[in-house]
Amino acid sequence: MAVQVQAADIAQRAELDFAGILKRAAVAGLVTFLLTIGLVGFETVSSTGQLRLHTRFEAVAFAVAAVFVSYVCFEFLRARRPMIPLVVGAVAALVLLIPLVTGDPDLQWMLPFEAETLDWAALVVPLLLVGRALQLATAARARATGRQPPAVLGRIGVAFRRLTPLIGAALLGFAIVLPFLPFADRRLIDICTLVLTYIMLGWGLNIVVGLAGLLDLGYVAFYAVGAYSYALLSTTFGLSFWVCLPLAGALAALFGILLGFPVLRLRGDYLAIVTLGFGEMIRIVLINWWWFTGGPNGINNVERPSFFGLPFDRSPPEGTESFHTFFGLDYSPNHRVFFLYFLILACALITNFFTLRIRKLPLGRAWEALREDETACRALGINPTNTKLTAFAFGAMFAGFAGSFFAARQGFVSPESFVFIESAVILAIVVLGGLGSQVGIVLAAIVLIGIPEFFRELKDYRMLAFGLGMVLIMIWRPGGLLGRRDPTIRLHAAGEGAEQKRR
Amino acid sequence: MNDVPLLNVEHLTMRFGGLVAIDDVSFSARNGQITGIIGPNGAGKTTVFNCLTGFYKPSVGRLALNAPHGTFLLEQTDGFRIAQQARVARTFQNIRLFAGMSVLENLIVAQHNKLMKESGFTIAGLLWLPRHRAAERQSVELARYWLDRIGLTSRADWQAGNLPYGDQRRLEIARAMCTDPVLLCLDEPAAGLNARESAELNELLLEIKAQQGIGILLIEHDMSVVMEISDHIVVLDYGRKISDGRPDQVRQDPAVIRAYLGEEEDEELPPEVAEDLAQRGEAGAI
Repeated sequence: MAVQVQAADIAQRAELDFAGILKRAAVAGLVTFLLTIGLVGFETVSSTGQLRLHTRFEAVAFAVAAVFVSYVCFEFLRARRPMIPLVVGAVAALVLLIPLVTGDPDLQWMLPFEAETLDWAALVVPLLLVGRALQLATAARARATGRQPPAVLGRIGVAFRRLTPLIGAALLGFAIVLPFLPFADRRLIDICTLVLTYIMLGWGLNIVVGLAGLLDLGYVAFYAVGAYSYALLSTTFGLSFWVCLPLAGALAALFGILLGFPVLRLRGDYLAIVTLGFGEMIRIVLINWWWFTGGPNGINNVERPSFFGLPFDRSPPEGTESFHTFFGLDYSPNHRVFFLYFLILACALITNFFTLRIRKLPLGRAWEALREDETACRALGINPTNTKLTAFAFGAMFAGFAGSFFAARQGFVSPESFVFIESAVILAIVVLGGLGSQVGIVLAAIVLIGIPEFFRELKDYRMLAFGLGMVLIMIWRPGGLLGRRDPTIRLHAAGEGAEQKRR
Repeated sequence: MNDVPLLNVEHLTMRFGGLVAIDDVSFSARNGQITGIIGPNGAGKTTVFNCLTGFYKPSVGRLALNAPHGTFLLEQTDGFRIAQQARVARTFQNIRLFAGMSVLENLIVAQHNKLMKESGFTIAGLLWLPRHRAAERQSVELARYWLDRIGLTSRADWQAGNLPYGDQRRLEIARAMCTDPVLLCLDEPAAGLNARESAELNELLLEIKAQQGIGILLIEHDMSVVMEISDHIVVLDYGRKISDGRPDQVRQDPAVIRAYLGEEEDEELPPEVAEDLAQRGEAGAI
């Protein structure tokens, strides 16, 4: 501790190298210019059938200036001089906030971007500057008065971790009552259904990647197997959703074992590459095996799931009942939407409870041990191949369930839905959430799937924001949002281990 | 004392391409005894362990384990089955704990095969059947017993990777003991320990020998440890056995003295080259 304080003091006293800072800031500005001139500076607009070049040099100029100024400010912060960045950040934040909040059309020229959401996003940098500057200022004052600076962030982190089960319970409660809340419209429920599908996929992949430590880049293949299993079984044999659901899970698990058997001898990067290849193979087989899978056209008119035998049709065939006539309700298309929402909620919860339970079983512990050290596992008599295969199979099974839900919800499947980027998104959810953390995956899925759905306006920038989010999390929380593992069994009650060091 | 030794190694040879890491080594280890394997760096000690515990398949040789629960030919058994069925446990030169898991979990994972059976290969466990719960309680009891023995009970819920080095060494031994082995192979357990920790380790090993009555194979560099607690020592040099006997016999063996003092140790040289050099040196001297 003493060493740190000393180092901070030295840093505080260090002279500022203005020329150096300006030079580096200029280089940063130049790089920004080179990056943005092509991407942002020119835009092709198609108007009345012809393509025209539209220039946005003012946006480029703004970007260069912003990068230059913020670079200088961050250098000042690094040299522990918070005053100038504080002023600059506050002025910039005000300049952005006033037109955004008032919405005054005369002030709109002050905004750097054409899209309002982007302007709000641009606020992040000045706010960061102000926040860090204030933090430095209070720390400096605390040192001057001889008090320890309060470790606010650390305390928030501890509190957050302690609250994780509560957050989980609150999220669950919210998820259950959501459709009955006044603001829940069809669009919101649709988005939530989508998010829940990804949460379920994330939880399923978490078994493979988070627990067993097998980097699977082709997870979407099992999702595809589940979806096509339901679509084919339902259209060919007319089996109902409730019969097909377990079958689809079993088929996906079988595929997991078949693919896993040759693959699981490989470790680390090699495994990732081969699973990537298998994922693509399944998709290409689906495209080319046209007489069986319908090829690129996919399979249409997949039967929608029924409420345990009661369909959601407006006018059921003669002599049968549908959901609304059975319960004496007025027909509403929302019934089906709500039912699908609860269905995927239930499926996701089953996945979650399975994972929570199996972590406390010998098999789950063996998965985690394999992730930690395969050699040691072999020395303890754990069969590595079988153990990995079970992880692969269980992960695939849940993807299969999710896949058959997907097919039932869409009523249509095609290979388009099972491209590599889907695997990457699911993996990103697991990694960002913190490997092995169930609540973390929920938060990551909301951030990665839910928020982009709400901000459709930013379609072009979605992947950019996605990448930025990844980078920021890698910098600030390299273990993922909630990347902390609690022991699955304790000898002493939880509080006693307070002296334990943090990871 | 038993007539049939617990472990009988005959003509063990291990070649990696043209390199002969172990050359026709035979020795035996008995129940209730500590058998030390010593030798300069690169003598092939760890390779012997890797052959015994199935990490390598020996090129030539017979490794017979005459355990109370049956006889096993280790050279014909797959890697993990040696630990699972023949019940040979080992520790590693560079500690291999499950660093992200808690101390207690490390000891419970070691009882995987027993627990797996009791959890009905997960099904009974998922259904929360009493049989599995009883088995888990038992496994915690066993883990607790070993935690008491190595003095880590108060740190049972720590992450294993956060333990001090000496504790990690002892935890690895306890983890190996939790597999209920008939033969325990320890690869340099005293490496990196200070004098006090090293003395504690000696005590622990002697206790295990006396109370569990199992055979212990011990690779060690630290002569004070080996000479003090071994009942029997095998000395390897450049893959060959150069001496075999009681500690006091081995200590006086001229071949051993030459191996340790008379030749320069050079880890970079493969054994044949080094041997060749040594022979030329001897020839020149004559």
